Amino acid sequence: MIEISDITKTYVDGPLRFQALRGVSFSIDDGEFVAIMGPSGSGKSTLMHILGCLDTPTSGAYALDGRDVSELDDDELARIRCEKIGFVFQAFNLLPRATVMRNVALPLVYADVPAEEREARARKALKAAGLDEAHYAHLSNQLSGGQIQRVAIARALVNDPSLILADEPTGNLDTKTGEVVLGTFQKLNQEQGRTIVLITHESDVAEHARRIIHVRDGRVIEDSKSHTRRIIHHENN
Amino acid sequence: MKIIDTLQETSAALLANKARSGLTMLGIVIGIASVIAMVSIGQGAQRSIQERIQSIGSNLILVMPGFQRGLGFQVSQGRGSARTLTQQDADAIAGLSEGVAAVAPELSGRYQVTAKGTNTNTSVVGVVPAYPDVRNVQIDLGSFVTQQNMLSLSKVAVLGPTARDDLFGTDTNPVGQTIRIRGIEFKVIGVTKAKGGTGFGSQDDMIFIPLSTAQKFLAGDAFVTTISVQAQNQNAMAGLQQEITDLLLARHRISDPQLADFSVVNQNDIVATASSIAQTFTILLASVAAISLIVGGIGIMNMMLTTVTERTREIGLRKAIGATKRDIAMQFLVEAVLLTGIGGVFGILVGVGVSVAIAAFGVLQTAVSLPSIILAVAVSAGIGIAFGFYPAQRAADLNPIEALRYE
Ligand SMILES: Nc1ncnc2c1ncn2[C@@H]1O[C@H](COP(=O)(O)OP(=O)(O)O)[C@@H](O)[C@H]1O
Ligand SMILES: [Mg+2]
Repeated sequence: MIEISDITKTYVDGPLRFQALRGVSFSIDDGEFVAIMGPSGSGKSTLMHILGCLDTPTSGAYALDGRDVSELDDDELARIRCEKIGFVFQAFNLLPRATVMRNVALPLVYADVPAEEREARARKALKAAGLDEAHYAHLSNQLSGGQIQRVAIARALVNDPSLILADEPTGNLDTKTGEVVLGTFQKLNQEQGRTIVLITHESDVAEHARRIIHVRDGRVIEDSKSHTRRIIHHENN
Repeated sequence: MKIIDTLQETSAALLANKARSGLTMLGIVIGIASVIAMVSIGQGAQRSIQERIQSIGSNLILVMPGFQRGLGFQVSQGRGSARTLTQQDADAIAGLSEGVAAVAPELSGRYQVTAKGTNTNTSVVGVVPAYPDVRNVQIDLGSFVTQQNMLSLSKVAVLGPTARDDLFGTDTNPVGQTIRIRGIEFKVIGVTKAKGGTGFGSQDDMIFIPLSTAQKFLAGDAFVTTISVQAQNQNAMAGLQQEITDLLLARHRISDPQLADFSVVNQNDIVATASSIAQTFTILLASVAAISLIVGGIGIMNMMLTTVTERTREIGLRKAIGATKRDIAMQFLVEAVLLTGIGGVFGILVGVGVSVAIAAFGVLQTAVSLPSIILAVAVSAGIGIAFGFYPAQRAADLNPIEALRYE
């Protein structure tokens, strides 16, 4: 369902030109759990922005669910993000002064989902993301780092997207909390068949995925199954 | 995105920063309040001027002595001092045409007036029986000067309420008592109703006596100081004014109208002139107030620009989860309009409160008009849109990637 071929991205900053992606091609099928791994500055975030329709490539083709999205305008991209993509970022994921419930329901507001359906859908997503119901009415600045990421995952899920993109979602968490969050992704992938693309520079984190795409200097250098896959066995949370 | 959702987002944002929202709103409150208060003062002044002029009668043309516009400047000798108009002029005007409803010549002067142990210096007006009709004077107690009084040169007087208060005490009935004008004894036969107005030239601080008596015993000659002519109707006034001018020019044997020894003033012209002065005054007040409104608007813009910068991350996040440019622009525009709208409502309350207070404390007459309130609402919403548009556009145009990277 994701098919990119020969994607390049050149940032132009006044007289400076920087080619962050130099011809990237791969495809990701429905239900895959893929990690994109590479050192800092290798172009991972740039790639994620293009996959997430936040930006368009300088050249190359990108088909999402069979539709060419490489040359859409701002409004059409917003539509696609709204309907097909859920994001989890490293930090600043939530609106600080809004409750957990409101944060999770926000994509539904932009998707014009009727107000009375929103709470039920937000609850379902929060449950899938494993956040305790006691926190639903909390403001997001009253939550711990791990809880924030779960709320972010719930928000990414709420619109039932075909693709979840997570950019260094454990970057701000300690190892133990990070494991819990990664376990949540695994669970969503296994139990709900969600397609997940996880971006990280740590191989420990990448090994939670089934497949790892290694990038360096804007190119794919290796694309393989995770050899030593780590499975998180989680109880009922 | 539905407007109800936009409102929810924006009110949450405004409440999150109450102090800043409140202070920014204060600029609009002050601006709108001062526009409303200033316009109400101006319109109140306009109304009271008109009422004062209307109270002297309706469809009036006033003929007064005095050299008009000599070589480009007014050689006014003060009303009443120029002796150019006579009783015969008044009679001639009365015989002019059917356009004339009534003619009331008068002779006024200021004299020392005494009663038992009291005295006052006031305006004594020699009048004819037609005077109350023409000049809109009503009798409160007793009766007015009659034709019989005129013919027999009766020494009778009708007091204005202020003159009555000064001579006999407030709300007394002096009918039957006597007063002395320049030492001559007059019998009080009536009191007129109050018309309002204070100070020099008050319509209430007057004493009316028969014109013939005034000419014979006070002035000692047959001249008059004003001839009030009432036209049959509004439409007849301009024509009548011209007829009177032509008639008097002929009677006084003056060929050049520029050298006329009298002036003919149309009440409509006085109203129009006074109104236009009051209107200019209103516009002046309103524009000073409008400047404070613009300053308030700039405050809104300043706050919105700060808000957009502060919330760059939030904008990026909203775009990432599906907000369109329009959604973002609307959110910030509605935020600005909400600020000015609420500020406008408070401004109206404060403005109306201030003008009611000004009137209640008797400082000035004020008139709050519905159009000025409607205008204030429209202007405050308009300011929200005008000064909120640029910040909202800036927010909408933020590149989501740049916004997400922004720290
Ligand atoms: N807006 C931009 N303008 C110019 N250069 C950029 C911009 N965004 C990213 N880059 C550059 O592109 C390269 C890849 O960045 P990024 O995709 O963020 O890498 P990663 O996420 O792998 O650390 C970096 O060298 C970065 O400096
Ligand atoms: Mg990155």
